[in-house]
Amino acid sequence: MPIFPVRFLPPIVWLVRLLVGAYPRWIGCAPTATQRIYFANHTSHMDTVVLWAALPGELRANTRPVAAKDYWDRGGIRGQIARDELNVVMVDRARDDPNADPLDPLREALENGFSLIIFPEGTRTPQPLPGQFRSGLFHLAMESPGVELIPVYIENLHRSMPKGALLPVPTICTVRFGAPLARIEGEEKESFLQRARDAVAGLAG
Amino acid sequence: MNLTLQQTFFAVFGGLVLLVAAASLLAYWLATHTADAVKTTWLNQLNSRIQAGWLIGLLFAVGFALGETALSVIFALASFFALREFVALTPIKPADHTALIIAFYVVIPVQYVLVAGGWYQFYAVFIPVYLFLVLPMVMAWRLDTELYLQRVAKVQWGLMLSVFCVSHAPAIATLEPPGYEGRGPLLLLYYLLVVQLSDVFAVMASASLGRTPLLSNPNKSREGVLIGGTAATLLGTALWWMTPFSWWQALLMATATVVTGFLGGMVLSSVKRSLGERQWDQGVALSRGVLERLEGLTFSAPVFFHLTVYFFVP
Repeated sequence: MPIFPVRFLPPIVWLVRLLVGAYPRWIGCAPTATQRIYFANHTSHMDTVVLWAALPGELRANTRPVAAKDYWDRGGIRGQIARDELNVVMVDRARDDPNADPLDPLREALENGFSLIIFPEGTRTPQPLPGQFRSGLFHLAMESPGVELIPVYIENLHRSMPKGALLPVPTICTVRFGAPLARIEGEEKESFLQRARDAVAGLAG
Repeated sequence: MNLTLQQTFFAVFGGLVLLVAAASLLAYWLATHTADAVKTTWLNQLNSRIQAGWLIGLLFAVGFALGETALSVIFALASFFALREFVALTPIKPADHTALIIAFYVVIPVQYVLVAGGWYQFYAVFIPVYLFLVLPMVMAWRLDTELYLQRVAKVQWGLMLSVFCVSHAPAIATLEPPGYEGRGPLLLLYYLLVVQLSDVFAVMASASLGRTPLLSNPNKSREGVLIGGTAATLLGTALWWMTPFSWWQALLMATATVVTGFLGGMVLSSVKRSLGERQWDQGVALSRGVLERLEGLTFSAPVFFHLTVYFFVP
């Protein structure tokens, strides 16, 4: 018997909003169903869930976070959330099979029409501004020219859950969505990645 | 008067609903009939308070229907959101993590369980004595002494304001002065009415009279606060029949409530400024301003509670 709109939210989204807010701010784009790659700064384990929870429900169903297999693909509640709620695309950071391209599962998800959430730093940098971006974002961007590239800045979370912490300190964090990153014909990898990183950092203000 | 608890409650509550409904309609009518920017600003001020009034009324009705435990849960949530806002405003370091985890996940539930159970001897000292001693110990453990005193003080202030002080509001509902057994929630309603209306009256009087704006809150003026406070005190006196107090005792209690409510607001405004006031992004409505809505409550709730215990509960 759902009375409040809150009841319609999945428990994980409800919990994330209670603990850290995860309030979306659509600064440079609108929450529309266009196929997109959201790329964001990565400061804590909560980022994946927080960015996903900040999306409206109808977009959430069609958006899959990309996350490290070694952290998320486990038994217990974490694996269950990753599979059943977030529908995570697992990336093999450890490269068990040296011949497989770790980007293949991402390509497959894009071909199937899903939007993706990726953290191009590849690892957590517990500080306000993002570190260097890895090249995966560049390859995906060039291979799928029809997909919008949306920079996202997640504010405040590195304070809520520093490395090694088990529980987050409740706080209020906002998730800022910027304007789509333009593709420039013939641009080098390094300058593209620098531009992408600057787009995320530019939302930090 | 020989009304039962339910009858008194519905009489007061019905009157309150009519009052807020009238205020809502008036504000709506004024908003559609003015283009003046200054008037629009104070109408927005007033509207946010009217909305808060509806919310508090609704929550209180639910809490009253479900009993004192439900009231404790509602105020526990208010404490949670207030502390969350306080932490978001405060710079914290990784070394503070354990202390803050204790504050959120241990102190809030324990304090409100103690309040709901009526263990006055314990909840009166739990935060000001035991947590006062435990938190600096936990934070010293990490051997990070940079700004140690400031960091400890911020956690302690956050807990005192948003948990200790706020929890004394539902504690009022557990009081049983002789001849007033089982009517605690009514006393809480009385207290909330005086606190909230003194704020609303002050805003209204300041907007219509203007004059010298307060340094701590530019939405209020000195004259407005005096007139609004007096009006709320008189209202509190006129409502003596719903309290265990006689009319002159109600006058003194209402005065104490209005004065401490005002001082609490002033202190909280200074706290927010020293933390570096921050503009919340639009759309952060639910959590934004919980501290602001509770500011009248923080100082006056423990004082009202203690005065009642000291003079009326043997």
